[in-house]
Amino acid sequence: MSAPTDGPYAPSRPTTEGRVYNLTGGDFDAVIDDDTLSDQRIVLNMGPQHPSTHGVLRLVLELEGETVTDARVVVGYLHTGIEKNVEFRNWTQATSFLTRADYLSPFFNETVYSMSVERLLGIEAPPRAQLIRVLMMEMNRLSSHWVWLATGGMELGALTAMTNGFRARERCLDVFEMITGLRMNHQYVRPGGVAQDLPDDYDDTIRGWIKEMRTELVGVDKLLRGQPIWVNRLKDVGWIGVEGCIALGITGPLLRAAGLPWDLRKTEPYLGYETFDFEVPTDDRGDSWSRFVVRVAEMWESLKIVEQVLDRLEPGPTMVDDPKIAWPAKLSIGPDGLGNSLEHVQHIMGGSMEALIHHFKLVTEGFRVPAGQVYTTVESPRGELGAHVVSDGGTRPYRVHFREPSFINLQGTATMSIGGMVADVIASVASIDPVMGGCDR
Amino acid sequence: MSGPGPTERPVPADAAPEQRAADIQPLTVDPGASPDAPAPIAPGGMFGVTGSGDTTGFGRLKRQPWEVPGAERPFGGYFDELVDALQAAYPDFDAAVSKIAVDRGELTLHVRREHLLGIAAALRNGAALRFELCSSVSGVDYLGLDPERLHSVYHLTSMTYRRRIRLEVAVPAEDPHVPSLTALYPTADWQERETYDLFGIVYDGHPALTRIMMPDDWDGHPQRKDYPLGGIPVQYKGATIPPPDERRRYS
Repeated sequence: MSAPTDGPYAPSRPTTEGRVYNLTGGDFDAVIDDDTLSDQRIVLNMGPQHPSTHGVLRLVLELEGETVTDARVVVGYLHTGIEKNVEFRNWTQATSFLTRADYLSPFFNETVYSMSVERLLGIEAPPRAQLIRVLMMEMNRLSSHWVWLATGGMELGALTAMTNGFRARERCLDVFEMITGLRMNHQYVRPGGVAQDLPDDYDDTIRGWIKEMRTELVGVDKLLRGQPIWVNRLKDVGWIGVEGCIALGITGPLLRAAGLPWDLRKTEPYLGYETFDFEVPTDDRGDSWSRFVVRVAEMWESLKIVEQVLDRLEPGPTMVDDPKIAWPAKLSIGPDGLGNSLEHVQHIMGGSMEALIHHFKLVTEGFRVPAGQVYTTVESPRGELGAHVVSDGGTRPYRVHFREPSFINLQGTATMSIGGMVADVIASVASIDPVMGGCDR
Repeated sequence: MSGPGPTERPVPADAAPEQRAADIQPLTVDPGASPDAPAPIAPGGMFGVTGSGDTTGFGRLKRQPWEVPGAERPFGGYFDELVDALQAAYPDFDAAVSKIAVDRGELTLHVRREHLLGIAAALRNGAALRFELCSSVSGVDYLGLDPERLHSVYHLTSMTYRRRIRLEVAVPAEDPHVPSLTALYPTADWQERETYDLFGIVYDGHPALTRIMMPDDWDGHPQRKDYPLGGIPVQYKGATIPPPDERRRYS
């Protein structure tokens, strides 16, 4: 129904509520009649609150029918100013912020930051602490990949993959809770070592956990690897080659799925990774299916590393033997959670005035770190996680920048999506495995 | 203390007789003292303390501005070979690089901004260099430490030779322009947007230099050192705890 037009303006009529304009009509009908594509071209806004965009990620897609002709990614919805905040906390407190950046791989954030501070200080964590860091990081790689499988499966409609993935991840979190007292945001790895030693029964628990994980991983193979819907949703979807990966800075499983065996644990070993026996899984398709294959293979390899760490762990200190850096109190788990051990409280409150002063200074003021800057990297579940840490010689970080693989890898979204179907955008984004807490920091 | 000398203090009625005001010795130095009187002992030096002697942490110590000194050859490790190869690949090397620093096993080239694109292209394309991956772009604000306070910092990785190098470009806040590396390294796109957003460094030639972390209509660049953290005082059991950036600083 087209109303009679009145000049260039939309027709209007007076009502008791005021003048009402009729926005259909005008010359708009003529415009859409001319354009044969216009009934198919849509700009679709997905997110930031969309169940299939892996967190608060916003995608603006231009579609012609089902085909994506342009894709833009909008991030920043979870920006919490972590890098600014740590400039106002001391060097040890900063870990409690940074562990929350990429909340699915907290041990990697803590470790890369602690390694940076140790390099600035010119110290090295004791061997047992280094092994514990490797242990925690590899278990964390599994828990992170489980969440990728769970959320990715959910986004593709494989709900059993989701329930199985989160079930397996719960087992990982149980082990983290036993060791650190917390399921997430642990603040366990600290400059100089780790916050506390492993509990007495760690060996049996973790070996039992390895068995559980093997069962779960076999379950993934049984459930998904030959499942036609899963295969067809992933194969030849979200392709990006090695050149594209390197140009866009994409690292981690995406780069390895494209065929380049670039894993910092092998290429630039840290924490003694060169002494462990494990493989770097690769694949050559460069699509979402390859990323699935590579990530599942990586989980098997991580279990191998965990077993080797358990075989190697020997009693010893877990913090540098320097009372000017190491946290003065030994932490212990009491009935009300993790806190200072009773012996230490008795010592400083009733035994030694000097110990009380020392505790007070180190806890309130913190230690000083010689001026300089370092860039340290680890291979996180999502790729190269780098920490650029600058000190001006004070008790607080002057600048901490995280090179977050989630942030960098998301730049590949447009490359993977344009030209494909709108449903494949979901599979592509899921295969990148971005964590918005890390991306936006 | 100038004036007519120590003031008379009222003596409480119940004061002990030996504490009368007239008996209290004035603490001011008599300006008319004879020159051969013993000089007063200079303060400090007790218990072998050097510096200010403040060990409490409350004294608001003034730290000296720090600067990593320029390195001399040999730089050690692969750094000599790398710098040689870069000098061969980029003839204007001496004009482009204002300082070479080696600190904690990392090589830093301080590059003048006019030469950044040339140096980066030489690093990426040179057969003996092959820095294919731009790992990280970030900023640091050296407010009060460097007149060219805004530093744009690039971490490049050579996947072929497994080497790393850091490029640092310093610009003043009044003229914060740095050429964009997006044409050479597409991965710099979002990272330069982030650095622009948080530090206000303007990357000339970037295809769409808009904010990425903060809202589009945000004022200011939050990671600069003269930008406050913000926050409100927190009340806890009757006492008020100031926001983190207004608390006592120990350094």
